[in-house]
Amino acid sequence: MSEAIVSLRNVDKRYIRGKQSVEVLQGLSLDIAKGEFVALMGPSGSGKTTLLNLIGGLDNATAGEITVAGERLDKLGSGALARWRARHVGFVFQFYNLMPMLTAQRNVELPLLLTNLSGAQRKANALAALTLVGIADRAKHKPNELSGGQAQRVAIARALVADPTLLVCDEPTGDLDRKSADEVLHLLQILNRDHGKTIVMVTHDPKAAEFASRQLHMDKGALLEAGTLAA
Amino acid sequence: MFKQLIAALSMGLQTLPQRLGASSVIVIGIAGVVAVLVSVLAMGAGFKHTLADSGRADRAIILRGGSDAELNSSLTRADIDTISNAPGLAKDSSGKALLSNELVIVVNVPKADTGTDANVTLRGVGLKLTEVRPELRIVNGRMFHPAVRELIAGAGAVKQFRGLTAGSMLHLRNADWIVTGVFTSNGDVHESELLADVDTVGSSVERTGYSSAIALLTGPVDFTRFKDALTTDPQLKVDVQREPEYYAAQSKPLTKAINVVGTTVAIIMAIGAMFGALNSMYSAVAARGLEIATLRAIGFGALPVLLSVMIEALLLSLLGGVIGASLAWLFFNGHSVSTLGGAFAQVVFQLTVTRTLIITGIIWACLIGLLGGFFPALRAARLPVAEALRAA
Repeated sequence: MSEAIVSLRNVDKRYIRGKQSVEVLQGLSLDIAKGEFVALMGPSGSGKTTLLNLIGGLDNATAGEITVAGERLDKLGSGALARWRARHVGFVFQFYNLMPMLTAQRNVELPLLLTNLSGAQRKANALAALTLVGIADRAKHKPNELSGGQAQRVAIARALVADPTLLVCDEPTGDLDRKSADEVLHLLQILNRDHGKTIVMVTHDPKAAEFASRQLHMDKGALLEAGTLAA
Repeated sequence: MFKQLIAALSMGLQTLPQRLGASSVIVIGIAGVVAVLVSVLAMGAGFKHTLADSGRADRAIILRGGSDAELNSSLTRADIDTISNAPGLAKDSSGKALLSNELVIVVNVPKADTGTDANVTLRGVGLKLTEVRPELRIVNGRMFHPAVRELIAGAGAVKQFRGLTAGSMLHLRNADWIVTGVFTSNGDVHESELLADVDTVGSSVERTGYSSAIALLTGPVDFTRFKDALTTDPQLKVDVQREPEYYAAQSKPLTKAINVVGTTVAIIMAIGAMFGALNSMYSAVAARGLEIATLRAIGFGALPVLLSVMIEALLLSLLGGVIGASLAWLFFNGHSVSTLGGAFAQVVFQLTVTRTLIITGIIWACLIGLLGGFFPALRAARLPVAEALRAA
């Protein structure tokens, strides 16, 4: 395996719900190499999204070490974590999370507001990202004027536009019909294969997982060994 | 940071039409607070303005020593004779002192709006009135004649009370008086009064003395000389004040009371409006939870998010403040009212919405907005991103 871009060691995650402590992840260790396309699968409540949030720097581990793109995330404060996310992670959400009042192009420009690029450069880069995902002709449209598949492509363009180290996708096809889902998955596959993007994707859909280069299965807060799964 | 702030703010403002109801609560609530605050304080400002406009620096008022108002002061004819020989007093062409010996009594006149009797000042004035008070102008009818029961009415009094137009007959203290004219005097406190010959007023109430004397000096700088001469004269026991100082002191208690009442009412309303703003901004943050969480996930900092929510609250409050101040100005600026003045008589004055009051109202609005926006902004900035994304 080539150099690990994501490395988790003995990671625990507990949530406090009232007086109850809920153990979501227990002693989880994982390596993801640069350029991998990993599908995280498992039943609801197995801890997939929690793991994805930890890798994406959206949440903090209760214990253990998390290193992503060379940075110990468990050592970063919230401000530093936000800056790290802006530099290294592109997010794709199940329901796209586009800003309804902005056009597709302005949505894609959002991550570039965190860079020193000029307005003209931001616009050019946003159009380039929209072209890459095949939706440049819809640049001036607002999210409510786009189909689900088109909206998700815009969301992928937004995730890509700042050239992040890692794409983190949470059920990216969960709200799409089969055809649109396959188009989006093909797009992710191209981004991984032809553009070298490392992708971590949570999905319930076995067909979607087939597009990934590696499938990981989780249950009750732990990763299942390949043998366990087969059994 | 600035680009993030502008983007977050502009997104927030663009969603305002979808949150029209909640946003209106802030605007309307704060407009109400500012309208009430500015209107009530305009009352105080108008009253103060009316009394402050009364008097000139080269005119002095002489009262009995220890008296704080004309109504409880009394001077004898001998006092007036002594005063008229004091140095610094202006003289007419024939060498007579420009001094108006005055007698102030309170009479009942029905109010124009309710018909109920109200106290009005009937001021007996000396023959040198028009020279001592050159600002006095007859705008309708003619000047009263001495030695007959004739009077002239101030323009403010004519608006507020019944039966004061030129030619009217007035029954005051068991005697009939004719209103021969209406006067103005630069909008000062005397426009709320009735003026008549001092000896005629004295005889109608069987008084031989006077309440005060108004002296026109040769110049403002002669006041000290004039005052010293009178206050060091062993035959006299008088207090001498410049007219503006006297009227400023007269306006103080009521202006203070109006300001205290106005500010108290406004504070109570402001607390209500602040909770309204809190509630509205909390709903705004809740409604925009997914947007805010997404921006934070992308890498937007907590500070731009916090500032954007606060600025949004501030802008809505500012709008409310401007609307409230405009309403106060539109409906109340220049509106004539009357109230009991220092002499237990009605003083007619106009509500005055000054620039300072408008700025005060807008500052109040901004403070309410900032306080109301702060905690929701803090919540937005501290929103746990993963939880907010999951909740959506």
